Amino acid sequence: MTQTAERTRAVIVDDEDLARQVVRELLQAHPEIEIVAECGNGFEAVKAVTELKPDLLFLDIQMPKLDGFEVLELIGTELAVIFATAYDQHALRAFEVHAVDYLLKPFGAERFEQALARARKRVREKLPAASDLKASTRTPGEFAERIVVRDGTRVHIIPIAKLDYAEAQDDYIALASEGKKHLKQQTISSLESGSRQRDLDERRR
Amino acid sequence: MHPILGYPRRLGLYLFTWLIVSELLFYVATYHHGGIDKFQSVLFFFPLSVVYAFMCLSAWYSCRGIPLEDTSFTGMLVPHLLAALICAFFWALMAKALASGLSRLPQLQGFDEKVVRSIPIFLAMGMLLYLLAVALFYVLLAQEASREAEQRESQARVLARDAELRALKAQVNPHFLFNSLHSISALTSSDPKRAREMCIALADFLRATLGLGEKALISLEEELSLIHSFLAVEKIRFGTRLRMEEQIDPGTLDCMVPPLILQPLVENAVVHGIANLIEGGWIQLRVDAVRDENNTTVSIEVENRFDPEAPARRKSGVGLANVRQRLNTRYGNNATFSVNKNGERFHVGLTLPAERKAVPA
Repeated sequence: MTQTAERTRAVIVDDEDLARQVVRELLQAHPEIEIVAECGNGFEAVKAVTELKPDLLFLDIQMPKLDGFEVLELIGTELAVIFATAYDQHALRAFEVHAVDYLLKPFGAERFEQALARARKRVREKLPAASDLKASTRTPGEFAERIVVRDGTRVHIIPIAKLDYAEAQDDYIALASEGKKHLKQQTISSLESGSRQRDLDERRR
Repeated sequence: MHPILGYPRRLGLYLFTWLIVSELLFYVATYHHGGIDKFQSVLFFFPLSVVYAFMCLSAWYSCRGIPLEDTSFTGMLVPHLLAALICAFFWALMAKALASGLSRLPQLQGFDEKVVRSIPIFLAMGMLLYLLAVALFYVLLAQEASREAEQRESQARVLARDAELRALKAQVNPHFLFNSLHSISALTSSDPKRAREMCIALADFLRATLGLGEKALISLEEELSLIHSFLAVEKIRFGTRLRMEEQIDPGTLDCMVPPLILQPLVENAVVHGIANLIEGGWIQLRVDAVRDENNTTVSIEVENRFDPEAPARRKSGVGLANVRQRLNTRYGNNATFSVNKNGERFHVGLTLPAERKAVPA
């Protein structure tokens, strides 16, 4: 992809309309960036990113249904992510999932421009896949309480408590819960490291 | 303040006991001289005894000057014995003077000689009585010290509780502030009028919470107005996603509650309830007065819709634990606090004693 020739396609994800409005307004100074979708929750975000394959994602962290990290885990495409949140405690985790930048609300044009400059640089480079990163970024002692699985543009949330078993199938894992089976592109070791070991042990028996 | 001189009733009791004890002692001591008759007792012994009773009250000051705890046995014994001797000596002199005066009465001729013979008895008795007074005052001193210690302890307990309450006093959530400022910054270009409204709502809320630092209690009306300014801000952020329903018994408005005891519950309902729902939801606030035969309690309920499968947010439950602890510290068993999750309903209920404005905090 050559940045100069093509327009950058961006998706804005935030559950607050006014927060999306800020990004939209700051992007007006950049006609080369096209906003292809605005989403108010994690489900919409996964759907939009899967269908539209944008280059750039502005992502809030605390949202209904799926939080920003779960969205990243599911979209599994190569794109530049700029987090925008009022919470500074997620910054470390954000950079561990290779976010381009981490904007603390409220932010102004100057800080926004810095983030955009980094994003442009990143769009030109090869990106690591966003999937499979999430589990490795959890701090020790912090475990997933649920597993999110994408099926096309649909998203399933499986609470660990409702997981019957998980089995490895090549690069995939099959997750059985409440009589249904879900496939997820993740290695079982990364699932284990991210899930409560005790819970999984119990379910294997 | 003197523990006996300062209290008329104690002084009366002291003199009464004193007279009985000293009269008995004197009677025993002079028994082999044929004892004392009623006439001698009234005219001679009674005034002497009363005077000596007051002299012995001075032992209080020497007792206080020589505390029991940090004085050696001899260091304590010597000055008291000396004081006892001096007091007894003066008492004997007084007895002699009174006796020689009385002996001028025709009925009491030769009485002074009889008294002079008893001077050693007076000295011995005077010392004994003085030392008894010393013992009494040491007992009183010990009692006073223990009462003071008890008082200090209870004062320390009150101070510790106050400190705990101050520490627990809910703080304004900084994320609320940052998110609101971000919304204001969005509105400045698109809708300056609403930006100004939001600035004012935010300022109202901050001003109200900043002023709460020193107050132990505020009226429920003030707490509710705090919640309203908080919701005014959040409604601009969340728009139609946030719906509030209130049912307030007007009779409870002047009840006093710890500041920021309800606001964290409403904030919780917004942050962990409404914010996690795509289509938003409602928050219900009910305040009722519950009367039984003895007293009135205020019952407060906050209920909201929430998504049981929402991603876990950080610090969830801290606000509730804080409210529970503050209620417990302030009211002990007189307040109750309950949290219930039922399907998509999250319910927090609390009751606390109804204290009216007139009652000082």
